[in-house]
Amino acid sequence: MQRQATPFWNPYLSGIGLGLVLVLSYVVLGAGLGASGAIARTSAVLADRVAPAAVRHNAYFSPWFAEGSPLAHYLVFMAVGVLLGGFGSALNAGRVAPGIERGAGASAFVRLGYALGGGALAGFASRMAQGCTSGQALSGGALLLSGSWAFMFAVFAGAFGAAWFVRKEWQA
Amino acid sequence: MNFFEQDSLGTPQAWAWALVIGAAFGFWLERAGFGSSRKLTAMFFLRDFAVLQVMFTAIVTALVVLHVLGLFGWVDVTHLYRTETVLAPQIVGGLVFGVGFVVGGWCPGTALVGLASGKLDALVFLGGAMLGSVAYAFALPSLAGFTELGACGISTLPEALGISPTWIVVAVVAMAFSVFVFLERWQRARAA
Repeated sequence: MQRQATPFWNPYLSGIGLGLVLVLSYVVLGAGLGASGAIARTSAVLADRVAPAAVRHNAYFSPWFAEGSPLAHYLVFMAVGVLLGGFGSALNAGRVAPGIERGAGASAFVRLGYALGGGALAGFASRMAQGCTSGQALSGGALLLSGSWAFMFAVFAGAFGAAWFVRKEWQA
Repeated sequence: MNFFEQDSLGTPQAWAWALVIGAAFGFWLERAGFGSSRKLTAMFFLRDFAVLQVMFTAIVTALVVLHVLGLFGWVDVTHLYRTETVLAPQIVGGLVFGVGFVVGGWCPGTALVGLASGKLDALVFLGGAMLGSVAYAFALPSLAGFTELGACGISTLPEALGISPTWIVVAVVAMAFSVFVFLERWQRARAA
């Protein structure tokens, strides 16, 4: 049965909800929200299947294996929660729809290529910056951390600067 | 006493909480429309500013609530996990991340929501992000020096600028409200 997807919620209401979840995270866990850490830890486990010797001797990855699995970490459980909460909300709103989102000017093949390349840049950069839009910009921003605000303005600068080059990918 | 200050983020109790908090995080991201890469990137083409509105509202909400809790002595920010500031990698990382965001269409958290909504481009983005993470781990030796450039330890804007935290909070709130009022007027004027 096909039904019309419900509209998105007001951005200010959504922002307040998100902000209160961040407060809860700080009060209970003592740490903010995060997403890229779980992705990096998953990548370590997958890379370990392919090239265990290289991964176990890698200075960045090896500490994650010292206490068992890199996946035994609160950020991994948080990411699983994001998947579950996102799925529940999308299902409830009638927005679970398999597909590839793209603008009129990009083929599905081109769009997936950009998704792969953009993902690689974002993955690399989030390790370099010790966090992403969740862990650095949002969580660190709310604690007024200097590096988080520098990161946030840099993200907007980078995205606005590159937007013109991928305008066909997102053509309305 | 939070889990971090008890050094117990590695316990099943903390993981259970993280799962619940993550679910609430994912719920709000999806409600805001961030399970859609077109909506996320629309801001960079000046079509839809939900990313800015949601993000700034969330920061202002958490900032004000945490600040007030701190004034009452109910939350001590020195007992929270705070990422150290290292300016060069965080600024360069931010620029590269921004490019990856508009090219790839997602950031890590929203890509998880996109995947949960069935988007294949979100799954491919996450695959790319894993490749990028592995690339960083193996590129790290050649980045020696750069990753410590501009290291300031735990640095907050009030300390760095020598202004009281309350004034910084007021300034951030005022800045956010100004941006929101401007965006609302501009969008209404353009729609007319």
